[in-house]
Amino acid sequence: MTISDLKQAAPDSVKSKINWARMEEADNFAKTVKLFRQGKYDESSFRRFRLQHGAYGTRMTGDYAMVRIKLPAGEVYPDQIEKISQLSEQYSIGSAHFSTRENIQLHWVILEDVSEIFRGLAEVGLTSREACGNSVRNVMCSPLSGVCPDEEFDSTPYALATAQFFLRNPMAQNLPRKFKFNFTCCEKHGMVRMVDVGLIPQIRDMDGSAQRGFKIFLGGGLGNRSFVGHQLEEFTPEEDLLYTSIAVMRIFDRLGDRKNLARNRMRYLVNDMGWEKFQNLVLKERAVVRATQSVITRLDVDHSPNQIKRPIQISDESGSDTAPDGYSRWLKTNTVKQTQLDYRSVFLTLEAGDITASQLHALADIIRNFSSEGKARSGFEQNIALRYVHEDDLPSLYSKLLEVGLAKSGALTMTAPIGCSGTTSCNLALTNSHRLAKEIQRKFLELKLDEDVDLTDSSIKISGCPNSCGQHGIATIGFYGGGARVGKDMYANYQMSLGGRSDGDTMLGQTCLRVPAKRVIPVILKIIETFKQNKQSNDTLKSWIHRIANGNEDSAIKSIVDIKKILEPIIVPPTIEDDPDFYLDYGSDTSYHTKTGKGECAA
Amino acid sequence: MCCLIDSTKITTDVDSLRSEIRDKSVRVIDVRREDDYKQDHIPNAVNLPLAHLLSDDSPERVLKLVNSMGIDDEIPVVVYDDTFGALASRVAWTLEYLGHSDVTLLETTYSNWKSIGLESDSVTPEIQNKEHSMKLRPDILATSDYLEDAKTRDDVILIDNRERLNFLEQHIPGAINLPYRTLATTDKILRSKDDMKRLLENRGVTGDSEIITYCGSVGTLSGLAYYALKSVGLPNAKLYVRSFKEWKNLQKPTEKQEDANYWDLSAE
Repeated sequence: MTISDLKQAAPDSVKSKINWARMEEADNFAKTVKLFRQGKYDESSFRRFRLQHGAYGTRMTGDYAMVRIKLPAGEVYPDQIEKISQLSEQYSIGSAHFSTRENIQLHWVILEDVSEIFRGLAEVGLTSREACGNSVRNVMCSPLSGVCPDEEFDSTPYALATAQFFLRNPMAQNLPRKFKFNFTCCEKHGMVRMVDVGLIPQIRDMDGSAQRGFKIFLGGGLGNRSFVGHQLEEFTPEEDLLYTSIAVMRIFDRLGDRKNLARNRMRYLVNDMGWEKFQNLVLKERAVVRATQSVITRLDVDHSPNQIKRPIQISDESGSDTAPDGYSRWLKTNTVKQTQLDYRSVFLTLEAGDITASQLHALADIIRNFSSEGKARSGFEQNIALRYVHEDDLPSLYSKLLEVGLAKSGALTMTAPIGCSGTTSCNLALTNSHRLAKEIQRKFLELKLDEDVDLTDSSIKISGCPNSCGQHGIATIGFYGGGARVGKDMYANYQMSLGGRSDGDTMLGQTCLRVPAKRVIPVILKIIETFKQNKQSNDTLKSWIHRIANGNEDSAIKSIVDIKKILEPIIVPPTIEDDPDFYLDYGSDTSYHTKTGKGECAA
Repeated sequence: MCCLIDSTKITTDVDSLRSEIRDKSVRVIDVRREDDYKQDHIPNAVNLPLAHLLSDDSPERVLKLVNSMGIDDEIPVVVYDDTFGALASRVAWTLEYLGHSDVTLLETTYSNWKSIGLESDSVTPEIQNKEHSMKLRPDILATSDYLEDAKTRDDVILIDNRERLNFLEQHIPGAINLPYRTLATTDKILRSKDDMKRLLENRGVTGDSEIITYCGSVGTLSGLAYYALKSVGLPNAKLYVRSFKEWKNLQKPTEKQEDANYWDLSAE
């Protein structure tokens, strides 16, 4: 044995303090699947059970499931990533998928293997319990919470405590519909007005002492019909956080629509009832909850600080000081400065959230070697954030990421579109939105659009059907899939909306026009070209579209209709003889037809 | 190991192999490429690169190879590779098919053997030719004709050991998919007996059914699965050694998962 065979000792691996798993749920799941296959468990009870445990149905087949692994507050540790890498090779397609709600999904898993995944997850303290079904879904937190320069305090411990309180809690096992919490850091990083309960940390001065609390937004959400949430009150002190959450859920549980599955999210209840009435109910219910708890019920918020310890860097063997090609572009479009001096948060963009087993495996060591907090966060945009990377370590981190294909630039720009899973696995999908997102990213990076600062704060988000899993409603340029036809020939066609946003000025995008799948890229490029011709000097695409959407623009392009007129010539369908490719959806070489199975969001 | 019946001994653990090597009571076969073997290998191991075997795996040729490796009917054989046991399995199965009754797989890969600091050397041992008998075992082999007929019976389970995406795209009708990666753990080529049993039972692979395994082309991944089945004592396993490549060449029927673009979910 030679010295070079000796493995370099890796820095200590930080592990999760919270164990979200219960091993017995794996055995129970395996048993239930057997009973179901033997016909001793009826279809709908089984579906409810399966969803409660985080296993979703798969397109056109009952043999496969998708397992949605929750990452509460988005946190994920190296040993967990290694395990997910292994599980994806064993039971899935050799890739895993980062979702927009801080879950990691394993697709095309054989139903009978789901329990084996549960076992593996339990070994590293993870669960998929209540990741689907009518329960409290993964509690999200901004990937920048704790490091964001604009936040008043770190809401991560509150997000984790909320997740712990509701997981397996009897009050959250049979809600009228799914229920989502999003914690964030600040207004800018947003996502709090598009969810059942959205929370922004706030500090107020109470007789000279600082008091922690939240700005709470209720009744928002994206879906077949989307709504913007309402702020409950000026300030909700931290001790009222749990009481407020319970009160809202109790009202939803009592009054939510349990019959009409298509409109039973809480946002419909708020909309039907009217905000003021709902707001009053919540405030009254909260007083009742506060007064009737037999024991003091509190969130178990762990305030112990993260250990920040810069891993010892193994010196670069090549001895070169020059950063590899593409470094400055990557630095500009993928990293942000933290509140903490000398540290940055680094975002990894994945094509529509997909990552291979070997990339995951490499990522675990990259986290150990570069993140001073020893863990990573899932972002809001099918991406991953590595935080607490020391400025001096950025070039060597970039090199490492480059080696494993995770150094794509543009993570924090418009060139990293969101695409839901679409026809790659979803029963409801009408189009291959997933592949379209990848195609756009590849094309736009090739055109170096990520370097264009005018485009940085814009976003492209794509859903494969009207149900908004791809969050098209809050995109600067959003798309949802459908079908269209010329004579008897069908093609994939997207409804495009413009001007959506999820920050402090949250609004839903306005419908512009329908764009055939194979014309989406030219249409976006035409919008950019039109913007460049008409922009004011300090405009970004986002601010320009926002002005138009709000009727505040007085140049040649005054309205969404004006944009539509410019785009209309591009979307005219050619004949199938002239351009057969137009009639094929991305990723498909057979003629396009819409085909869907039964959705189970509402099961 | 002494108290277990012989047929359940599928793998040889590292410590046993080391003492058998010391006692010179074992023939170890390294199935890696010749160059890799020459660099270093487990002491006293002989080299039989899988490709060399596959260039002609007729029983007559295999008999010659076995004799030249100094293997008679009595000496225990242990096979290892550096590819999670799949190549080793294919060689082990070939010896078993010839009629050798004591062939096992090293429980781990050569990389792992080295990474835990165990001995290796680069000397090619001097081997004396031996005489092995030929008592072929058709009961562990499935041909395409056999498979086609067997598929019509209810008590036959057909297992495809390729990766999930390949399976979704195309497979032999009626097959279930058990990707080879599910069979191993991080440091062993096969799961523990209890874990393997649970995995297989969940998938309905139990009892006295006849089980036929296949993979992409030459029966390596499915060779490993063959030994996985044997490791939990399933008595009636067969390897479709020419696998899916032959099946397709013969233009026999295949099946696919329709109406889904699963390839686009892959990050490859």
